[in-house]
Amino acid sequence: MSFTSIDFLAFFGILIILYYALPKKIQWIVLLVASYTFYTLAGLKYIGFILFTTITTYLVTRYMDENLQRQDLYLKKHKTEMSKEEKKAYKKEVKSRNRLWFVITIVVNFGILFFCKACLVDPLHSMSGSAVFSFLSVGLPFGISFYMFQSMGYVIDVYRGKAQAERNFFRLALFVSFFPQLVQGPISKWEQLKDSLFTPHAFDRRQVAFGLQRVLWGFFKKLVIADRIAVAIGTLKGTEYTGVSFFVLTVFYAVQIYGDFTGGIDIAIGVGETLGVKMPENFIRPFFSKNIAEYWRRWHISLNEWMKSYIFYPITVSGPMLKLALKTRAKLGRFGMRIPVYIGSLLTWLGTGVWHGFNFHFILWGLINCVVIVISEELNPAYDRFHNRFSWSNKRGYDVFQIIRMFVLMNLIRATDLFNDVGDYFRRIGSLAWEFNFHVLWDGTMMNLGLSVADYIILICGIIIMFLVSFFSRDDVSFRVKFQKVPRVLRYVLLFLLLLSVILFGSYGIGYDASSFIYNQF
Amino acid sequence: MKKKLILIIVITVLAAAGLLFLVQGLLMPKFMSEIPEGAMIQEYYDNAGGNDVIFISDCEVYENFSPVTLWEEYGITSYIRGSAQQLIWQSYYLMEETFKYETPDIMIFNVLEMKYNTPSDTGASSQREAYNRMTLDGMRWSSSKWNSIYASMTKEERSKDGVWSYIFPILRYHDRWSELSGEDFRYLFSRDQMTDNGYLMQVKVNPVGDDYPVIPLVDYSFGDNAYYYLDKMVELCEEHGTQLVLVKAPTLSPIWYDEWEEQMEQYAQEHGLLYFNFLEKIDEIGIDWNTDTYDQGLHLNVYGAEKLSRYFGKILSEELGVKDHRGEEETARKWEEKCETYMNRKERLEKELTNIVE
Repeated sequence: MSFTSIDFLAFFGILIILYYALPKKIQWIVLLVASYTFYTLAGLKYIGFILFTTITTYLVTRYMDENLQRQDLYLKKHKTEMSKEEKKAYKKEVKSRNRLWFVITIVVNFGILFFCKACLVDPLHSMSGSAVFSFLSVGLPFGISFYMFQSMGYVIDVYRGKAQAERNFFRLALFVSFFPQLVQGPISKWEQLKDSLFTPHAFDRRQVAFGLQRVLWGFFKKLVIADRIAVAIGTLKGTEYTGVSFFVLTVFYAVQIYGDFTGGIDIAIGVGETLGVKMPENFIRPFFSKNIAEYWRRWHISLNEWMKSYIFYPITVSGPMLKLALKTRAKLGRFGMRIPVYIGSLLTWLGTGVWHGFNFHFILWGLINCVVIVISEELNPAYDRFHNRFSWSNKRGYDVFQIIRMFVLMNLIRATDLFNDVGDYFRRIGSLAWEFNFHVLWDGTMMNLGLSVADYIILICGIIIMFLVSFFSRDDVSFRVKFQKVPRVLRYVLLFLLLLSVILFGSYGIGYDASSFIYNQF
Repeated sequence: MKKKLILIIVITVLAAAGLLFLVQGLLMPKFMSEIPEGAMIQEYYDNAGGNDVIFISDCEVYENFSPVTLWEEYGITSYIRGSAQQLIWQSYYLMEETFKYETPDIMIFNVLEMKYNTPSDTGASSQREAYNRMTLDGMRWSSSKWNSIYASMTKEERSKDGVWSYIFPILRYHDRWSELSGEDFRYLFSRDQMTDNGYLMQVKVNPVGDDYPVIPLVDYSFGDNAYYYLDKMVELCEEHGTQLVLVKAPTLSPIWYDEWEEQMEQYAQEHGLLYFNFLEKIDEIGIDWNTDTYDQGLHLNVYGAEKLSRYFGKILSEELGVKDHRGEEETARKWEEKCETYMNRKERLEKELTNIVE
């Protein structure tokens, strides 16, 4: 069931009624039933995957938690009898027992994810160019990249003692399967989600209105903008489009993926908000970033946070890395000290690339990001000197230049998504340097991409609206809070016009190749 | 305060729904100047009741039988519930729906529909979907419409908005905003009658040329699904005490194979039904393929349809005992109006044709 289908709206409508009509203490059970209904409707054949992850997550976290609790009790009971060394040895033994099952769970679950990504995806997205186990023909299990990371993050937190294991299997099952997150995230941490997921919620008119407004806004971005521009992107991927045409492709793709991904997240968070469940934000106006590090703090935040917490930091502060840092520092000075950070970054970005798909072009995407970030970090002292030397570089005009520069740079990096053939990608990047075919902008090429004049008008208006909403949220106050101050009648009229524009200008139904959310494929 | 708030919400929701309903009405195609076939199904509701004979099928009935001629010649009250490339399950559900409005003495079904067993048999999915809409959008909401939708939807329709786009047609026609014309505004609240009791008049003459090639088929058997719905028609008519009569209109293309004929004759015999294949009676009817068809024998024009109706009317009247209502004042007055509309339409279309030729 797609988020943008009428079936989903009917499902959501019924859920809201049941959720607030039934006793509050069973609200989370309603959500669990709804989540499994949603998952089953997405494909019954996938249910085994999510159940396996839920069961193994439950068993291992309960086992580890009980071991830790027993350890605390034992140490408390034998506080006076045991020496410091004995306590340390006992703790080590408990940790080693936990580690065994922790590692098995992590390896098996990530193994499943790895297997699915490498072998079960369609040939176009697999590393070898063919579906290794295509005879299974199940495709990538629905939402596996999202619920897997969410579950394994929870397992790691319990292992580290940062989270307490949930005793109720069904509550954990809801955390893993909470349906708005399954389509394309965000990837929440247990500590972030558990309170609002299991706390009873009274009907709050303002909260429900805000949630529904956000869902509507997500529909606008996905159906009116992302899906409308998709047809031109399909055309521009043709081999004849190089030089300026390729540049246009990167801009169009930026618009599409922004509308698609942030639109889907708006729907997910809006659905959660309507039900009183607060999920973490996944985007904070990423196209207003001035450098790549900032961009990645604003784009797909939950995945980057996950990677940072569970891959980057553990690697960079691990024993072997600290030892390596000492050795390289002695030989290479300040640069040597940073080598563990580079290794951590490299592995994190490789992981991020593989998360998107077990394919060379995603790995390349990760590597390029890593290289640009590392270079950017290394050049920071030079940037600082530059800004100190030239005062005009601290003014607003330069900020705008930085924003545009980052937009263009990220568009070029992001374009790796579009080409399974890495060679083709580099050929087009190269064409930017020698092909100045600006005439494609006015010689009719742009009118042969599958978009009519009306399509362009709708897109331009939609992008302006999207930009304005983003622009007016720049002081970190939600646009909806500001919008609430608009006189009621005008507000209702504007909301109706937004609804009408989604209905009239949305790319859906017969005659449209409505695409699923891009991130739903990962 | 709370009451005021609820009132505001209710008024807002109602106003929004009302506006959306209006926009939906505007966006739905009206079929007034082009493709009148799309407007035919809904015209029935203004003419429902009092019909002794109902024809149900595709263009083989709505282009070939003239209810006005049946009235003028034999005083038979009849209506044609047909639409373009109507499929047998759609005909069945239209028949079922018709019984909710009236119980005719005779229900006539044209058997060419037996050739299609599933929605995908009829060609491209997009074309089938367009035909589905022409048949289904015009139906009033009832269990018959619901079941007909489910029986008719193409794979693409099922995978997209499915039944929702029939419940809320704005979902189907949402992108017609760019092609709205004066017609959409003019016919927002009411439509003209495009047919004469379901008969779509054509006055053009386009004689039959070469013989149509008889392309052999791999399998001549009608499909199980087609038989299933034909069986249901038989049962439905029995339930209502209506006589089901099978006919094959006298059109030259699509080819009506001998093997198909045998199957229909056998079916009619086994179920005690009357079956008339008018292809075998072309000379008796008096059809002249030089003057009585508007598209080289695929359909009859008004002159051919009148001839066929005179011929069949006699059978209906003399052999099947369908009542002559011409002596009933109220009915006669109503039908006189229809005859006048028919004659005016014929005259207008002939005049338009003459102007085009000149």
